[in-house]
Amino acid sequence: MDLSTIILYAVALVLLVVSVIKDKEKTKKAVKKGWMAFINIVPVLVPLFLVVGIVLSVLTPQTIEQVLGQDTGIFGVIIGMLVGSIAFMPPFVTYPLGAELLDNGAGYPQVAAFMTTLMAVGLVYWVAETKYFGRKAVVLRNSLAFIASGVVALVVWGVMV
Amino acid sequence: MKKEKEILLTIFKSKMFYVSIVLLIVLFLLDAFHVRVGVSKTDTDALLGVAALKSALFQFISMLKIVPPIFLMIGLLDLWVPRETMIRLMGEKSGMIGVLIALFIGTMSAGPLVAAFPVAQIMLKKGARYSNVLFFLTVWASAKLPILFFQATELGLTYTVITNITLLLIYFAGTLVIEKILTKEEKKQIYTLAENS
Repeated sequence: MDLSTIILYAVALVLLVVSVIKDKEKTKKAVKKGWMAFINIVPVLVPLFLVVGIVLSVLTPQTIEQVLGQDTGIFGVIIGMLVGSIAFMPPFVTYPLGAELLDNGAGYPQVAAFMTTLMAVGLVYWVAETKYFGRKAVVLRNSLAFIASGVVALVVWGVMV
Repeated sequence: MKKEKEILLTIFKSKMFYVSIVLLIVLFLLDAFHVRVGVSKTDTDALLGVAALKSALFQFISMLKIVPPIFLMIGLLDLWVPRETMIRLMGEKSGMIGVLIALFIGTMSAGPLVAAFPVAQIMLKKGARYSNVLFFLTVWASAKLPILFFQATELGLTYTVITNITLLLIYFAGTLVIEKILTKEEKKQIYTLAENS
């Protein structure tokens, strides 16, 4: 478990204890609310993680290296953004992959395009996010993330190439 | 318990569930015909379908390790923080304080983006400004503190600083633009959705 998870547990625990001391009944209700919020998300989580598993098994770091490896230029940036929007990867896989892509000859802008969309554009989250905020909000948020990634790639291009 | 069961059963109404089942079947068919896509070099004997199920389970379990404190805090926040407080801190007139709170919670958090959705929803339910909640979501998605340290060690400080400052600036402006693009009706719908949760 990493540090932020431990901090999260510690903070939640302290708040829980304070809550119990102040008002037992209210705490019971709060725990029940949290539990229901969790139950509510489970039906979207199961298919979500099935899709994530499928994406992870097909779009492996090796596949991505083949696609993004040597590619330079604006074309590489666009491919990077598209692959990043579809793919899903946990951060601890993402960054070493980025470093490896750089070692294999991909440029910083292409890697930036891929990695920022990978984290911010979540096509795998589509259904879950729609359930919480409605379709238009989801389209807009993902568009913003996509545009931001494009700009980041261009800025990186300007500064680092 | 009856209500919980009802909610859990809605999984069979979700299209995504069936889509993923179909995709899994396709993967197993590919395995049956010995077609190789993806699959890591070190693990060439692994079946695609099995690999997919394995990593789905792994991701699901690592998510379950992170979410209990998040949902506990959602419950506590719902009962202890009055609507007025949330409106003062993150509402329409909160100004930069609301933005900074969104930034702080977003960077300090742990867990995948999907865990942020219920948090964002409770913020909306308590009357936080839409652009602030959206900013919180975008920050959670890409600029978490523990991730930033890792990013700097793997990809260099220059890269980390440039990308994240650019991202934060665009996200900040972009969330305000999105708030303008959504009509009053549409925003009201989003808030109603949150209030009925």
